[in-house]
Amino acid sequence: MSRRCCTDVAEGEELPGLEVRVTRADLVRYAGASGDFNPIHWSDRAAREVGLPDIVAHGMLTMALANRLVTTWAGDPGAVVECAARFTRPVVVPDDADGTLIEFAGKVAERRDDGTVVVAITARCATQTVLGRATATVALDCSPHSHPLRHGDISG
Amino acid sequence: MALDPSFVGRCYPMAGTYQVGRAKIREFADAIGDDDALYLAPDVAQACGYSDVLAPPTFAITLAQRAQKELISDPGLGLDHRRMVHGSQSFTHHRPIKAGDELAATLYVDGVRAMGGNDMLTLRCEITDQAGAPVTTARTMLVIRGSDAEEHR
Repeated sequence: MSRRCCTDVAEGEELPGLEVRVTRADLVRYAGASGDFNPIHWSDRAAREVGLPDIVAHGMLTMALANRLVTTWAGDPGAVVECAARFTRPVVVPDDADGTLIEFAGKVAERRDDGTVVVAITARCATQTVLGRATATVALDCSPHSHPLRHGDISG
Repeated sequence: MALDPSFVGRCYPMAGTYQVGRAKIREFADAIGDDDALYLAPDVAQACGYSDVLAPPTFAITLAQRAQKELISDPGLGLDHRRMVHGSQSFTHHRPIKAGDELAATLYVDGVRAMGGNDMLTLRCEITDQAGAPVTTARTMLVIRGSDAEEHR
């Protein structure tokens, strides 16, 4: 495993997609791991009381999954220097074995002179996007030994 | 507006420090379904030049939400938890979080405003290491939906 080299990345490049099925059990596991025990993520009653159709996934779980797409592609989770997302629609998770499928896609939106790239991420449930303006800024490997012949076009 | 705007500018240092452990990182990585060796295997992390296993990019939320507890449970702020949803989140990592880190966190209230019948609370959590060096800046926007708001956003 090694960090992706900046000379191997082009603007507009699409990252390999990621599909994740999220079930109620996943929400319980994430609640425990993250310490976020907001009952709208595990209690039907609490979800309905605030006008939600059913239990919804933690926005932070969706964001974490979105960043899995990026860290896998980058080859090093330590390369993610910035990440952001808006939680635009709730991910409703029914009480069944199938849960809800979330589809993630990523694209290199910008390649900067400092060797970082900005990946724009989309997350969809059925036909609706559930994250807005989701991005990750990745510091790629720009060391001269990684691609000595092609290093000349990168400053720093 | 239900929230007290005089809270803007206040800061809440989290009591004590947070010791980042390998087992907690593994538990978090499991919960997001990620078996990246850099989260799980210290020898792989060390071979990649890290002192220990890394935490996933959104792991810092565990610390940021801990640091938020004192503020959002303050009755003076006037926040109704049941109507609170997470609007947006960002992390700026000044360096990766790793097992063995002993972290401190301070929460800052950056903004309180009303928009479209909802209240928006903008928070910033500055996470630092034992030497006081910046590790992560976590920005959170919480939306407190107005009681007549029909749509969940």
